[in-house]
Amino acid sequence: MCVRLRIRIAAVALLGTAAVLAPAGAPAQLTGAGVTTAAAGPAPARQRELVALLRQDCGACHGMRLTGGLGPPLTAEALYAKPADSMTETILSGRPGTAMPPWRHFMTESEAAWLVARLRNGTIDAPDSR
Amino acid sequence: MLAGCAAPLPLRGTGDLGVVIERAIGRLQVVDTSAHATLGTVDGLGDLSHASVVYSRDGRYAYVFGRDGGLTKVDLLERRIDRRTLQAGNSIGGAISQDGRVVAAQNYAPGGVKLFDARTLALLADIPSAVGPDGQRSKVVGLADAPEGRFVASLFDAGEIWLIDARNPRMPRITRFRGIGRQPYDGLVTPDGRYYVAGLFGEDGVALVDLWHPERGATRILDGYGKGEARLPVYKMPHLRGWAIADGYAFLPAVGHHEVLIVDTRTWREVGRVAVAGQPVFVIARPDARQVWVNFALPDNGKVQVIDTETRRVTATLAPGRAVLHLEFTPRGEEVWISVRDDNRVVVYDTATLARVATLAANAPSGIFFTSRATRIGF
Repeated sequence: MCVRLRIRIAAVALLGTAAVLAPAGAPAQLTGAGVTTAAAGPAPARQRELVALLRQDCGACHGMRLTGGLGPPLTAEALYAKPADSMTETILSGRPGTAMPPWRHFMTESEAAWLVARLRNGTIDAPDSR
Repeated sequence: MLAGCAAPLPLRGTGDLGVVIERAIGRLQVVDTSAHATLGTVDGLGDLSHASVVYSRDGRYAYVFGRDGGLTKVDLLERRIDRRTLQAGNSIGGAISQDGRVVAAQNYAPGGVKLFDARTLALLADIPSAVGPDGQRSKVVGLADAPEGRFVASLFDAGEIWLIDARNPRMPRITRFRGIGRQPYDGLVTPDGRYYVAGLFGEDGVALVDLWHPERGATRILDGYGKGEARLPVYKMPHLRGWAIADGYAFLPAVGHHEVLIVDTRTWREVGRVAVAGQPVFVIARPDARQVWVNFALPDNGKVQVIDTETRRVTATLAPGRAVLHLEFTPRGEEVWISVRDDNRVVVYDTATLARVATLAANAPSGIFFTSRATRIGF
């Protein structure tokens, strides 16, 4: 079991490496992305795609309202004290040994960093008026 | 007529009714599977971003378990909330006892199982789960009803299966099976009520308890089904509830692989696998067991595939729309209802011809639950 676990971690690491070596930055599913700049964040259409991804797909484990589930809560209260860089890295590479998968093929590093900033300051739009 | 005074309801049964969860707005639709129609909606159910439903044995009341710990008893005939309680901080689902008297909720936070009076939703027992490696009470997954007044559940963090004897629901008795494997993510009870099967996320394997012989403990099956192949990242946990046991074989999702595993339920050995279009989420047998239908995790969640259980091959690939979340067969399986979240619709297919026979509008639909679940073990 230990050996198998190690293989899996290696596989995940390899996947990460492959993505770094070929940084096309072409998210597999989310197309129609605009230009991303560090200062302004992704273009508005891309922001909406990222928030939808966060709500629906990250939300499968973290809750659509980000209050947690199989994965921990992603509310501002839960995240503000955690280092932003390691959170970005967790999104991109996942956390081996847990259920957190790598999302590198769905977003660029700067997009992940933008999501982390929004999560930490609690400015992700609510899914509805409630 | 006075305002607020409802007209008398026309007499009708509930055998062809069901509910569709509208996850983003905390609402459900009451649907009629004979008419392919929405009869009405019930809202005020809280956070239904992950929701599941069990039915009273008379098929009139739906017990809805919401993400926010809400447990709501909905009257399908009057289309209103009969009772509602906020019973936990974060919940994932539940089950109803064999005799229909006890509703059990499985909770993530605080981790554990709670038992309620099915009529009043009064709390009968609070069963805290065991602490996992992170020092927190384990998240409870895979809760199912079993014969002789029992429930079975799995502890994701602690790696245990608990058999809960709830014949005296105020004093439940727990049998613990430890060391069953890493991170059980969901479980099912076979249609005959004999076996409890828990899928493992943390390793390639499945844990099995023979409920006729719990004294024999849990056993492991399908060890190392990935055979050292790199597992793909899993973007959505498979669900085992809504099982596919067909013709003596269990069709199970392979976690992190584009495969459905086929297991002989007499020997619990793998007898084959079917290559499919993505990572399976739901693998569900048509009630007559002639077909198994499969939907998939991101990025293949626009497809549904049909497996012929005799030849064990994919015989059709359908594209119901963007983000297929769930499918539910009508009681005898002539039609299947499929929820398509991002297209805001439910699509109904004829399972023999695979033709679309109806489309219903729905707001980000997720789970679909028909009252025929009321009479099935493990639902």
